Amino acid sequence: MNPSVHRVMPVFATAAVFLIGFLVCSLAYPNFASMRVVMNLLTDNAFLGIVAVGMTFVIISGGIDLSVGSVIGFTTVFVALAIERWGLSPPAAFVTVLILSALFGATMGATIEYFDLPPFIVTLAGMFLARGASFLLSTESVPISAEFYSHLADIAIALPGGARFTVPAMIMVAVVIIGAVLLHFTRFGANVYALGGSRAATALMGVNVTRTTVLIYTLSGLLAGLSGIVFSLYTSSGYSLSAVGVELDAIAAVVIGGTLLSGGYGFVFGTFLGVLIQGLIQTYISFDGSLSSWWAKIATGLLLFGFIAFQQIMLKLARRPRHRAAGAIHA
Amino acid sequence: MKLPRTGASQAIALGMIFLINWMVSPQFFDLRLQDGRLFGSFIDVLNRGAPVALLSLGMVLVIATRGIDLSVGAVMAICGAIAASLADSYPLPVVLAASLGAGVLCGLWNGFLVAILGIQPIVATLILMVAGRGVAQLITEGRIVTFSSPDLAWFGGGSVLGLPSPIALVLATLALTVLVVRRTALGLLIEATGGNPRASALAGVNTRLVILTVYAWSGLCGALAGIVAAADIHGADANNAGLWLELDAILAVVIGGTSLFGGRFSLVLAVVGALIIQAMNTGILLSGFPPELNLVVKAVVVMAVLLAQSKRLAGLNRLFRRSHP
Repeated sequence: MNPSVHRVMPVFATAAVFLIGFLVCSLAYPNFASMRVVMNLLTDNAFLGIVAVGMTFVIISGGIDLSVGSVIGFTTVFVALAIERWGLSPPAAFVTVLILSALFGATMGATIEYFDLPPFIVTLAGMFLARGASFLLSTESVPISAEFYSHLADIAIALPGGARFTVPAMIMVAVVIIGAVLLHFTRFGANVYALGGSRAATALMGVNVTRTTVLIYTLSGLLAGLSGIVFSLYTSSGYSLSAVGVELDAIAAVVIGGTLLSGGYGFVFGTFLGVLIQGLIQTYISFDGSLSSWWAKIATGLLLFGFIAFQQIMLKLARRPRHRAAGAIHA
Repeated sequence: MKLPRTGASQAIALGMIFLINWMVSPQFFDLRLQDGRLFGSFIDVLNRGAPVALLSLGMVLVIATRGIDLSVGAVMAICGAIAASLADSYPLPVVLAASLGAGVLCGLWNGFLVAILGIQPIVATLILMVAGRGVAQLITEGRIVTFSSPDLAWFGGGSVLGLPSPIALVLATLALTVLVVRRTALGLLIEATGGNPRASALAGVNTRLVILTVYAWSGLCGALAGIVAAADIHGADANNAGLWLELDAILAVVIGGTSLFGGRFSLVLAVVGALIIQAMNTGILLSGFPPELNLVVKAVVVMAVLLAQSKRLAGLNRLFRRSHP
């Protein structure tokens, strides 16, 4: 097989799963295959898509960020309070919270790097801290009644069939495109892959490992903040218990999208497909009406297992031909 | 190298927290015997800390092999759901066997993924963490299943020689684990596997079997914790049983001085770690601070313990000492 085709195989597999899933849903429910359902899929999963792009960078670099769900929760509460109680204008509140979440990510990245600690446990502490901070801000749901919000909710590009390309969906698509360019076409992106392949080798190549690591977690924090803003647009409120467990959904989306959890390999587009597949499962369940929501968890778990097993097999296959080729030369 | 087994710092920390609790609430150490069972704030700390203590006894062995088990909270939910839904129609031994068996099965699944398929522990156990809660909800059919069997309820509200049964269960499990792990070569094999899996395998250690065993054990401990949690509320809540307790269990192990990079471990200190977490929770409640502060305090404690363990910081410390003799 052509090596470059081999490289994108997992993304093809993800795309195939999505298309087959969509086909099955369309056959089961005639109304399913419409522009409206597709656009709703984008709008409803916008916050997950945004945060999953950040998670893709982190996981490709060989790390993990468990704090993102809590950062989303914190952001919704902070934005709601800033607008409703502290009298900030929505754009000012957005900028403040984006700076805060980016700084939060940078601090975690610096801690991981300077003290040589496992990302898993540092971001776990970050998860406690962000969730705790949002509890301290407010334990009640804070509705956002600013006109800006209802105005933003009305902005959408009307598409045929009553479908609406909404602001959250636009933001997600933009983040996916910018993320893909950043990861696949810039020096920073190349460094992220190198870091996931081998830290020591990357450092020896002259890459500033510290700077790259801090930047990766800053990006993840920033996108978690953006995701929180989108989440607050979607619900028009801030609640400290919102987005609990979203970090797991994001990790699942990244893995289903074909990114190797040990780092060094993956695509932003795959993650986007992974998010859509999770959304597809939710949409199917809501179309069916009789299935309970816990089936979504089981289905996600099964998909996770399928893709991880697939990765292990691909890895083993990728190692095999080289031995054969070496043998062939001797013969 | 400082051994994690000494435990002086953990003992001092626990003592200090107890002292602070006693200062904010002078009745903290008051004990009274009622219906042959001890009551009081102090007993309450031990009692409420029991599920995390049980989980940490499984988690510590998994972490010692350089692994992690994120699924224990979901395993608690599954096993609690099984126990609660069988409790009223089957005798206790059957209920316990089914619940504990399910726990071991969950653990073996994790162990299979890690040891045989070679998947990273975080990812392998993430699958069950995500899917497990769905399975638990499938068992309870999305409802909160309640039971009235006094046999099963004993695990939450009963007592052994005056000690509430969850505490007795923790002590018994701790004793059993210490006996099995430290009185046989198993503990050494676990430490070897965590310290250097490849060297251990070359030296003839069946690392796969060791890894499979520790995950199965973690599943069993998860089942025990699930039974205690279900017995405590006379029912099973698939949504909330054991939610985020895997994180508390990991925290307990880390506070107990076991390194996340595997190798040396201490069972007793893991339980002490669980008690420290619970004593802090109780302390925050007793002193009238909002319980929301709990998470922030936990985060600060994790970071403090991690920084204390960090090699980089130890290196700085040494430099500092060298320049100021």
